[in-house]
Amino acid sequence: MLFFSFFKTLTNQTVTIELKNDIRIRGILKSVDQYLNIKLDDVEVLDLDKYPHLSSVKNMFIRGSVVRYVMLPRSEVDVGLLEDATRREAANQVGKAR
Amino acid sequence: MERLSLNDNPANAQQQQQQRNPQQQQQFQQQNALGPAGQMPTSGPPQLPPQMFTTAAQLLDLTDKKLVLVLRDGRKLIGVLRSWDQFANLVLQDTIERIYAGNLYADVPRGIFLVRGENVLLLGEVDLDREDDIPPSVRQASFEEVFELKKKEDAQRKNSDKKRHTELSALGFEPEHSGEILF
Repeated sequence: MLFFSFFKTLTNQTVTIELKNDIRIRGILKSVDQYLNIKLDDVEVLDLDKYPHLSSVKNMFIRGSVVRYVMLPRSEVDVGLLEDATRREAANQVGKAR
Repeated sequence: MERLSLNDNPANAQQQQQQRNPQQQQQFQQQNALGPAGQMPTSGPPQLPPQMFTTAAQLLDLTDKKLVLVLRDGRKLIGVLRSWDQFANLVLQDTIERIYAGNLYADVPRGIFLVRGENVLLLGEVDLDREDDIPPSVRQASFEEVFELKKKEDAQRKNSDKKRHTELSALGFEPEHSGEILF
């Protein structure tokens, strides 16, 4: 659930998503859910000439399972905080496993 | 949920759930006050209601809208989203399939589609003001013409994919999304 919470803090930021079929889409992150399905507003498809079917799309729902990368604005990510949270989550997992 | 027909609005489904979840009742009431086709609140973070971050909330916005659906096998379907569930299983009405090949495209009327969620790649809302602005790089052609071209393109891609696959596995690499075709 850590990354779900993390993405929730990034709503209304501009992100670029690369899909597993190499399409790259930039847009404003509007929503995310437990599967990391992502909703983008004001989308802009990079290399649109290759993907003409996306030319008149204004907002988009992307299934989490087809996402390869999400590129985030550097200034909006508190790396230290994220590292701490990750360690805490990992420690919790170990605790649960015992 | 089980007794719903396709004609029921997804908002009604939530109303039924609300009776089972008394503690969430108030939150759902707020949402339903906006009406079944109403826009979800899209502004005002950081304190958003928790139901904003569910698959249902994301798809509720898109219900009854004209959408482009891209499937994992590369198909592009254009239709009106009528129903869905938490797995992103979808029902599309008045669907056309748009086939692209080279710089050509063709439309094939298909009707109603029920799509299993795992096959969904993305779902885009069509901007009705811009939907007729077809990019100058593509033009409409007859189905037969586009279909023939597409068959050739697909065969070519299959060949090059196979070649890359063998080269990669000879080097000990497992190709990305192996066994799964993605376009």
